[in-house]
Amino acid sequence: MPKAKVNGVEVEFDPGMTVLQVAELAGEEIPRFCYHERLSIAGNCRMCLVEVKPGPPKPQASCALPAADNQEIFTNTPMVKKAREGVMEFLLINHPLDCPICDQGGECDLQDQSVAYGKGASRYGENKRAVEEKYLGPTIKTFMTRCIQCTRCVRFTTEVAGVTEMGMISRGEGAEITSYLEQAVTSELSGNVNDLCPVGALTHKPWSFNYRPWELTKTETIDVHDALGAHIRIDNRGPAVLRALPRLKEDVNEEWLTDKSRYAVDGLSRKRLDRPYVRKGGKLEPVSWDEALTAVAGKLNTTPKNKIGVIAGDLVDAETMKAAKDLFYAMGVTNLDCRQDGAKVGPVTQSTPRESWLFNSGIAGIENADAILIVGSDLRFEASLINTRIRKTWLRNAVQVGVIGQAVDLTYDYTHVGVGPKALKDFKKNAFRDVMKNAQRPAILVGSGAVAGDDGAAVLREVAEIADACGVVKDGWNGFNIVHAAASRVAGLDLGFVPVGEAIDATAMLKGAVDTLVLLGADEFDASGLDKTFVVYIGSHGDKGAATADVILPGAAYTEKSGIYTNLEGRVQIAERCVFPKGEAKEDWAILRALSDKVGQTLPYDSLAQLREKLITDHPVFGRIDVKPATRTFDLKAVGAKGDIKDRVFMSPIVDFYMTNPIARASVAMAECSAARGAHLKAAAE
Amino acid sequence: MVGILEDKDRIFTNLYGFHDWGLEGAKQRGCWNATRDILSYGAPWIIDNVKNSGLRGRGGAGFSTGLKWSFMPKEVKDRPHYLVVNADESEPGTCKDREIMRHDPHLLIEGCLIASFAMQAHACYIYLRGEYILERERLEAAVKQAYEAKLIGKNNVHGWDFDVYVHHGAGAYICGEETALLESLEGKKGQPRLKPPFPAGSGLYGCPTTVNNVESIAVVGTILRRGAAWFASFGAPNNTGTKLFCISGHVERPCNVEEAMSIPFRKLIEDHCGGIRGGWGNLKAVIPGGSSVPMIPAEQCENLAMDFDTLRNLKSGLGTAAVIVMDKSTDLIRAIARLSYFYKHESCGQCTPCREGTGWMWRVMERMVKGDAEPSEIDTLLEVTTQVEGHTICALGDAAAWPIQGLIRHFRPEIEARIAAYRSRRAIHTGHVIAAE
Repeated sequence: MPKAKVNGVEVEFDPGMTVLQVAELAGEEIPRFCYHERLSIAGNCRMCLVEVKPGPPKPQASCALPAADNQEIFTNTPMVKKAREGVMEFLLINHPLDCPICDQGGECDLQDQSVAYGKGASRYGENKRAVEEKYLGPTIKTFMTRCIQCTRCVRFTTEVAGVTEMGMISRGEGAEITSYLEQAVTSELSGNVNDLCPVGALTHKPWSFNYRPWELTKTETIDVHDALGAHIRIDNRGPAVLRALPRLKEDVNEEWLTDKSRYAVDGLSRKRLDRPYVRKGGKLEPVSWDEALTAVAGKLNTTPKNKIGVIAGDLVDAETMKAAKDLFYAMGVTNLDCRQDGAKVGPVTQSTPRESWLFNSGIAGIENADAILIVGSDLRFEASLINTRIRKTWLRNAVQVGVIGQAVDLTYDYTHVGVGPKALKDFKKNAFRDVMKNAQRPAILVGSGAVAGDDGAAVLREVAEIADACGVVKDGWNGFNIVHAAASRVAGLDLGFVPVGEAIDATAMLKGAVDTLVLLGADEFDASGLDKTFVVYIGSHGDKGAATADVILPGAAYTEKSGIYTNLEGRVQIAERCVFPKGEAKEDWAILRALSDKVGQTLPYDSLAQLREKLITDHPVFGRIDVKPATRTFDLKAVGAKGDIKDRVFMSPIVDFYMTNPIARASVAMAECSAARGAHLKAAAE
Repeated sequence: MVGILEDKDRIFTNLYGFHDWGLEGAKQRGCWNATRDILSYGAPWIIDNVKNSGLRGRGGAGFSTGLKWSFMPKEVKDRPHYLVVNADESEPGTCKDREIMRHDPHLLIEGCLIASFAMQAHACYIYLRGEYILERERLEAAVKQAYEAKLIGKNNVHGWDFDVYVHHGAGAYICGEETALLESLEGKKGQPRLKPPFPAGSGLYGCPTTVNNVESIAVVGTILRRGAAWFASFGAPNNTGTKLFCISGHVERPCNVEEAMSIPFRKLIEDHCGGIRGGWGNLKAVIPGGSSVPMIPAEQCENLAMDFDTLRNLKSGLGTAAVIVMDKSTDLIRAIARLSYFYKHESCGQCTPCREGTGWMWRVMERMVKGDAEPSEIDTLLEVTTQVEGHTICALGDAAAWPIQGLIRHFRPEIEARIAAYRSRRAIHTGHVIAAE
């Protein structure tokens, strides 16, 4: 390995590393504004200047300079100090001194680095430049006078988000960052540019002027707005959750976050269920916990067991589903389902392999695939951060993508193989089959748009046959991937929260096949079939489920309880409690525990710890926290079931990305995003 | 005889457009003569001869042209090679390439063929300055003539398939920087690229590319016809050949002239331009190489040889050899302030020191013109120029800093006097106000 000396300290480095990376290896901090590990190198801020020998007698931009063997790098010489001071001074001459009213204050790179590397006094007596504000959409608040033209936002939107909407216009002092014709940035990842902005030029519009970063309590937890389980940090002040920010997690979300996961948090303070209700005379009346639980227990005890059903929603934690399954199985109820979208993915018998409902290649592993067939999934909105990974690979010319389903804009080019089951049947004759067959690591991604409905299992069978024929599952590589959109789904399937044998599934329950229906935070359905059903809603938000309910038992949202969520690749993760449940609301498992007393089937655990112990004993997969399951081959013939298939167009279950769950629907920020971008998205879908 | 160079040794024999610029006229003047024979000697011979001639890049930096060509990969691999000719002549004071393209375009086209052959490029792009309309028409017409005569193009008489494309820029000074030029040629915004990688490794469309100035390319044919030794016989060691000088400013007859390198400044001015306006004693300062280089005061001009090394030793440079002469009527501070405005206007805005520094320097310079400044600000200004110089992606930062450094280096008392005068006027003015109260 080549060696270099950093301030006299010798370090070994991998060939191809830049001087900046080598200096960091040696433990030296290099200040920077434009450089970002995940973006292309711009080299324009000039803050990372260092001295290198051998080299020209002037400082070099370390971010862009490849390190060479036997190079000497200096970061502490007078030349470097002067260069940093100079650049810092230039950056500040036209930067407004409005830190006291700037939302970036306290977490501003410019502030921090001017303290560390600046001169401390200004010599600039001329007028400062002012730049007109820009409209960049509902998530990005601009204060362009503060902009230091680092172009991180431009590079992020172009490279990662895949929308070429931002750029720099004019030149010299007049250079301005803007979007094309000042239209809103349409990316579902737009919030990340606010994180990336090293100054206060782009800040989070939904949170503007709401907080100072140092007055917030920070809790590291897991996101539930999609099935990725992105690692996030929730910041709250008192009971109010003020923001959600991405944490670094290479294997899951890298350091990005979708706008929904980020900005829907204001929905946690709105439309909340904070006390129990019972419908009396057609109207929901607030009641005490005791009265509500008694009403539910009475109903459950008088309904025939095969006429009771339970549906788990998209945001439910594993403990709640475990408690519900234990309780209702003890009562003799087997009509349980965690798939309110009707996807026919999951365990059919005890021996169905877990791999048949997982995203087996792994989120990071999808970057290794060299051919990908996406079946019935609008991946950009069902799993945005997997989509960015595919785009990343595509930018390297390392993957070919085919799509069966709607011809949506995925931000990369793909072969449109077909729109529905017919294309699956005819896949043998399609040229893309050769691409898949010749690939070293082919992958198939199946969305619930393909496998929902009565013929879902048959479609899944077809897909599995294609997978089998193309060698998607082989030694050392498993590219059979189910794309889930709900955070609770994989845990539910792992728990066996599905109807077995003659039991009724969610689709039928929602059409009125049961007399008493318990909804665990389930809201994504058409309520017209539930006229005659007695509905118990356990959940956090006053949404569709609560509106249909006869009894409402207020539960906790994902920030208000510690809960286990398994992401789509089978990684078990624990979300932490950041704030307490609202009003009289309780954690969902505790509600079920209290209910079990009332129905005379007391659950054998009194604390969350005991519940988790039981969960892990019964289902050992939950015992391996934050580990992606090892890649294993499995028998694709065990996937799906033969049957008739009705020809159709595979439609994504996500109609409006910003309105997919009760928290998002309660959020003002999401409503604005939906209004600003909905039209664009619909146009793209058509 | 005037000057040093004899008429028989001139390369640009139609510099003033007295003769036919077209193919026939060019052929009569020797252009396209024995080009095929030159190519038959092979690429290494051409590169060696260009090296031996001592030809240094005529675009300003003065890097050995032959050496630059030798940096190209020896063999064409998976990516084609390109020659790009930098005809974005925008340096204030410079107008030499303009005359070549107007009056001797075939010399350039012939040079393109030879240089492309030497670097195994089958395509050459000539990036023309946006404001050069007539030049574009002439050049395109000349290219058409060359195609029709089968001198270039597919299956031409020289046996080397070769295409020339004339690309018209949009008039940005920064696009004369070689990597910004490549960006612009690719259809992007003209912003310089980071180096490394250098264009010889990854240039136009990521392919090996050499970017040369018009004059550097246009002289190649004649050098190879008459021999490297002939070209090397002019000028001082390491500063050889003939050179187009563009003399403007306070001389009796501003002109473009081809002269031997290292010609004494005084001889250049007196033989070709009729001397300084008002006599030699009226000379105040000279900007010897286009607006980017620092000025030198009259006392250093007495025995000044106009070449790269001499001027560099005087902390200035030959640049494009655009000699701007300023007599004692010149307000030097104002002149430099105008140049500062130019650089502020033309900065691409990509990197911090240049984007912010050019504006700062210009604003201070504008106040210096009036004298509305603190004396200590002269040092501040000088320090700001050093904070810009050498800290930027391309050389525009240096180019913006140097004129001011030259001014302060040689004419600091003048600035101080201006400030003092302004202050004394203000003092009187303030006195009146007090008296009135």
